[in-house]
Amino acid sequence: MAGQATAFTATAQQSPGLPGLAALGFNRAQSIAFLLLLGLLLVGPFVLYPVFLMKLLCFALFACAFNLLIGYVGLLSFGHAMFFGMGGYVTAHAAKVWGLTPELAILAGGAVGAVLGVVAGWIAIRRQGIYFAMITLALAQMIFFVCLQAPFTGGEDGIQSVPRGALLGVFSLAQDMSLYWVVAAVFLAGFLLINRIIHSPFGQVLTAIRENEPRAISLGYRVDDYKLMAFTLSATLAGIAGGTKALVFGIATLTDVYWAMSGEVVLMTLVGGLGTVFGPVLGAAVIVSMQNYLAEFGAWVTVIQGCIFVACVLAFRAGIAGQLGRWLRVRL
Amino acid sequence: MIEELLFQLELGLPQVVLGLVNGAFYALLSLGLAVIFGMLNVINFAHGAQFMVGAFVAWMLLNWGGIGYWPALLLAPLIVGAFGVVLERTMISRLYKLDHLYGLLLTFGLALIIEGLFRNSFGSSGLPYAPPELLAGPPVDLGFMFLPKYRLWVVVAAVVMSLLTWIVIEKTRLGAYLRAATENAALVQAFGVNVPRMMTLTYAAGVALAAFAGVLAAPIYSVNPQMGSSLIITVFAVVVIGGMGSILGSVLTGFGLGLVEGLTKVFYPEASSTVIFVIMAIVLLARPAGLFGRA
Repeated sequence: MAGQATAFTATAQQSPGLPGLAALGFNRAQSIAFLLLLGLLLVGPFVLYPVFLMKLLCFALFACAFNLLIGYVGLLSFGHAMFFGMGGYVTAHAAKVWGLTPELAILAGGAVGAVLGVVAGWIAIRRQGIYFAMITLALAQMIFFVCLQAPFTGGEDGIQSVPRGALLGVFSLAQDMSLYWVVAAVFLAGFLLINRIIHSPFGQVLTAIRENEPRAISLGYRVDDYKLMAFTLSATLAGIAGGTKALVFGIATLTDVYWAMSGEVVLMTLVGGLGTVFGPVLGAAVIVSMQNYLAEFGAWVTVIQGCIFVACVLAFRAGIAGQLGRWLRVRL
Repeated sequence: MIEELLFQLELGLPQVVLGLVNGAFYALLSLGLAVIFGMLNVINFAHGAQFMVGAFVAWMLLNWGGIGYWPALLLAPLIVGAFGVVLERTMISRLYKLDHLYGLLLTFGLALIIEGLFRNSFGSSGLPYAPPELLAGPPVDLGFMFLPKYRLWVVVAAVVMSLLTWIVIEKTRLGAYLRAATENAALVQAFGVNVPRMMTLTYAAGVALAAFAGVLAAPIYSVNPQMGSSLIITVFAVVVIGGMGSILGSVLTGFGLGLVEGLTKVFYPEASSTVIFVIMAIVLLARPAGLFGRA
């Protein structure tokens, strides 16, 4: 295990951040990138189709949540679709059947992600490395079969025509533009939370576990507790992302719990750069745009995704953000 | 109460035997995964895709070349194995020095490519493949139930193939090299054994096992591009349950879990698709290294 994780991340010197943003843990380059991201979030819906942007933001949050595990604890979960998909189902169910307001419905999606995360994490952290990946994949497959059969998910049909409702029961979200600001706020909150986690003392311990687990144990850290906590946080945010996506499209289906979705989030994070702050967002942008653009080509999308996987693993392991950081000699 | 259970079991016997057939595939596929992992430290995610390709090669040999089932049983593994050699030489061998997870990611990408290409060429609906004449006749009367000959053959073939693999690895000189290289590749290399070539051939052999299973599966399941992907995830669970330390262990676990799945279909059909995953969770809680695994 020792030394393996360094392959996953490019480390560079930490430079002092811009005043104000340094409090969030950003260094100088990250502060600039963050301001750029904020600008894009504000201008985006006036230039691009809001529904497309909302989809992108949901996947970006999903990828950031996934990256918290692979990038900062070194755990490759191949089953994150279970949190994303279940979050979607529960949010859809809460909004449609229980009539909850959208913010509560999304929180319900996050809550189910958390519960599922505790259970799946508790089982999966008993093994490391390759076994961890296989176990999470198998558990996600189990959840897929449960969703296929359980009455509340609607089987093959999924949960359709989910109402977007009114925020806090007051502000209607029927308009794409009003929903966009909510989704952007959810994404930003999740993104900043993850960033806060990585730069906290807790996050430093996570990184220590990634770099050298036996050493972290010998220093007296309860490694399993830390791993479980990180897994649960990641699952919660994935649930929130899935719930938000269900509200945006008004539908929750089996696609989001299927293993291919777990693979997609791995791909997004890999393309963007494992263990980078902005990489997953970039990766999600690339993959979602690609899917949009190539949607008419059917199975070729799968082939192209596979090719990107192979190319990234063989020649482009740092990802977009990692490579960009290397060229500019900064950490993104 | 007990009589009632026995009666139900008798009615469900065909399901249990079907479970054994599934178990044969679990055994063959987890065996291939274990052989590859032991030597290369790579979990071959493309195993399911290669199983599917095996079935398709048999179909193509029959429909395009007029070559029947029995030659296909030998040819398909050779063809897919040769394809495995190319994959190992050009891509997988570049990853040995990196984190094992990259091997998983690479082979996942390969699986996506292979599956996508076959879906583009053959569509998603299945293609029929008739069992060979010799095994097509009326079902065999086992006294308590009738068993289609072909299914019986699948179980026998899987057992024989597993035993052969076990003999090669445990009882031959080549197997001794393999086991030694698994323990310490650098040392074996120092003794003058060509370890990189051995790794290539091991990968090819593992892949050929998957293709062999694919040809066996062709007459039972319809030949379609998705036939491997969900199967391989179940096989991952089987591998986690058995642990990848022992050849016979993975074979036994494969057959055992197939049986358990068949029994679940009889007594509680709703759980039959999830039972293996539940067992995996329980085994992980009780014995994290797996039933036959070394910690």
